[in-house]
Amino acid sequence: MAILVDKSTKVICQGITGSQGTFHTKAAKAYGTQIVGGVTPGRGGSKHPDPELSDVPIFDTVKQAREATGATATSIYVPPPYAADAILEAIDAEFPLIICITEGIPVMDMIKVKRALTGSWSRLIGPNCPGVLTPNQCKIGIMPGNIFKKGNVGIVSRSGTLTYEAVKQTSDAGLGQSTAVGIGGDPVKGTDFIDVLDMFLSDAETEAIIMIGEIGGSSEEDACEFIRREAAKGRSKPMAGFIAGSTAPPGRRMGHAGAIISGGKGKAEDKFEAMRAAGIAVADSPASLGTTLLAAAKA
Amino acid sequence: MNIHEYQAKELYRQYGVPTGKGFPAFTVAEAVEAARKLPGPVWVVKSQIHAGGRGKGKFEEASAGSGGGVRLAKSVEEVEAFAGQMLGNTLVTVQTGQEGRKVQRLYIEDGSAIARELYLSALVDRATSRVSFIVSTEGGMDIEQVAHDTPEKILTFSIDPASGYFPYHGRKVAFALGLTGDQVGQCVKLVGDLYRMFVEKDMALLEINPLVVTKDGKLLALDGKMNFDSNALFRQKDIVAMRDLAEEDPSEVEASKYDLSYVKLDGQIGCLVNGAGLAMATMDIIKLHGMEPANFLDVGGSASKEKVTAAFKIILNDPSVKGILVNIFGGIMRCDIIAEGVVAAARELGVTVPLVVRLEGTNVELGKKIMAESGLQILSADNLADAAKKITDAVRAAG
Repeated sequence: MAILVDKSTKVICQGITGSQGTFHTKAAKAYGTQIVGGVTPGRGGSKHPDPELSDVPIFDTVKQAREATGATATSIYVPPPYAADAILEAIDAEFPLIICITEGIPVMDMIKVKRALTGSWSRLIGPNCPGVLTPNQCKIGIMPGNIFKKGNVGIVSRSGTLTYEAVKQTSDAGLGQSTAVGIGGDPVKGTDFIDVLDMFLSDAETEAIIMIGEIGGSSEEDACEFIRREAAKGRSKPMAGFIAGSTAPPGRRMGHAGAIISGGKGKAEDKFEAMRAAGIAVADSPASLGTTLLAAAKA
Repeated sequence: MNIHEYQAKELYRQYGVPTGKGFPAFTVAEAVEAARKLPGPVWVVKSQIHAGGRGKGKFEEASAGSGGGVRLAKSVEEVEAFAGQMLGNTLVTVQTGQEGRKVQRLYIEDGSAIARELYLSALVDRATSRVSFIVSTEGGMDIEQVAHDTPEKILTFSIDPASGYFPYHGRKVAFALGLTGDQVGQCVKLVGDLYRMFVEKDMALLEINPLVVTKDGKLLALDGKMNFDSNALFRQKDIVAMRDLAEEDPSEVEASKYDLSYVKLDGQIGCLVNGAGLAMATMDIIKLHGMEPANFLDVGGSASKEKVTAAFKIILNDPSVKGILVNIFGGIMRCDIIAEGVVAAARELGVTVPLVVRLEGTNVELGKKIMAESGLQILSADNLADAAKKITDAVRAAG
């Protein structure tokens, strides 16, 4: 089962001839992902210069790519000034799943994108995210495939490299992953914790969940409230959680556009507290995500 | 990115937002000239620093006199005296930290006869994914305190980006603020102009505290705190031109040249990490091991050797750093590139403090080999917990 992507997912890449698009599409293909096409406006019908991707057809528009290949997912590696345009084109082409890796998109652009998603056929993951990976089936984005192990832990995170940390630790603990989803570090994004958690709760293959948040905003608190309410209805799975940024000073943006404590809101301690209140086992250290989940699963 | 109040007021004028008359001054002579161009009979001499609480702030130096960072002058001579006292001295406010900020620019403004002080701010609201406005009748106060004590005095609403601004938004503000007569029309225009400015200039935050009604019934934006989306600066050349590097930490300015995400902190362990979340988590785990991080530093996902070298230099140049932890989990980032950068910088500058490196991910073996063969004193760590333990132990041992 897994969530969002599996071995039947057909994927295209927007920005396939750029350096990032080329590099990561090759890695995704090598992982076993069905890469069925790419889009670079003005280069439709041409051959990809990289021999490893020379069998991947290139199209001028996203709609052409979707119609010709039957793809259901698109990965976007377009540079920040053009990324919103790329996402909007994918929404217009009615792609069910749009995964945008690009970091640094102006938030005003994302406000328009978010509005365009309302009532559309599309789900957007990201931007500014590492993508989605279902072990041994499908990798979209930039996560290192070699640290994954097929298993039953669902991982959802706002941070890329911390996702890898959780993946490695659950692999080392012998648990493995059902699917890992990076939702991204921007303040305005396509998909938030709640949607992914809901999918994990419904997924038969996912037996436990790790949730990794960070300072800024209140989406962790909202997600914990969701988990608490679902648990009250008898819908729950063992969960472990961590929040990055306990030591971050207020008012300073910590790398991610969304990671900022402002007006006394968005502090790590409040989010940890929300996790505890929702029955999520809190990892006191980012190094103990795997062991904390193991303990929670046994309890 | 932040700008000064006087620059914010230039933007107001560009967008037709009514504000007080005034001029910036970098010297006492310019302050006097500015005051002479204004009608008087009162002038406000305002310190221009990127921090709030200026009015209630205190100068460190006795030569600055007993007044705060914003002073009311009743003559041009008094403007001259105040300017002389304030320029070049250090203003400490609730937002500057103990070290304060050196005042290098002033804004000389025509005094306004104020009838009412109101509050208006706009921001990118994560909860709604829209631009939201916050308005209150309680101007000149700390808005968070007002929100806590008297939430009924605050109105918030967001604007649908698809339809944009409509006059009813402005009327909603006007009636919430108790405006009457032609002030309602002034308010409808004001809020619309502010929204247009906010969107066109890629702002992240706009705060007008206070927005005033003058005794002759005019709405004036008497203050302006603006923050811009750093992701959008590529298309905001005129905003970038307003950047005042003197207001920023020198090491952060240096880091920004290399597109490194760096924040100076107060601790003793320098950190070089890839990924914002992992960088924060690395700081957190240092604290769990009983020490404090000296900085946040994210080299990003696609750092070159030069970028890593620059990052390493910035950390080494911080005199409070007593040990360095490099923590890399390579997804896109190749471990051998990190290793080369670290070795190059360590050779060039010489590392006299303990250095622990944890590498994981793409080309990890090659990265470890480069460091092992460098002949440098580099402690290798197997995982995050091991790395934090090794660096804190080593710094304690070096004592």
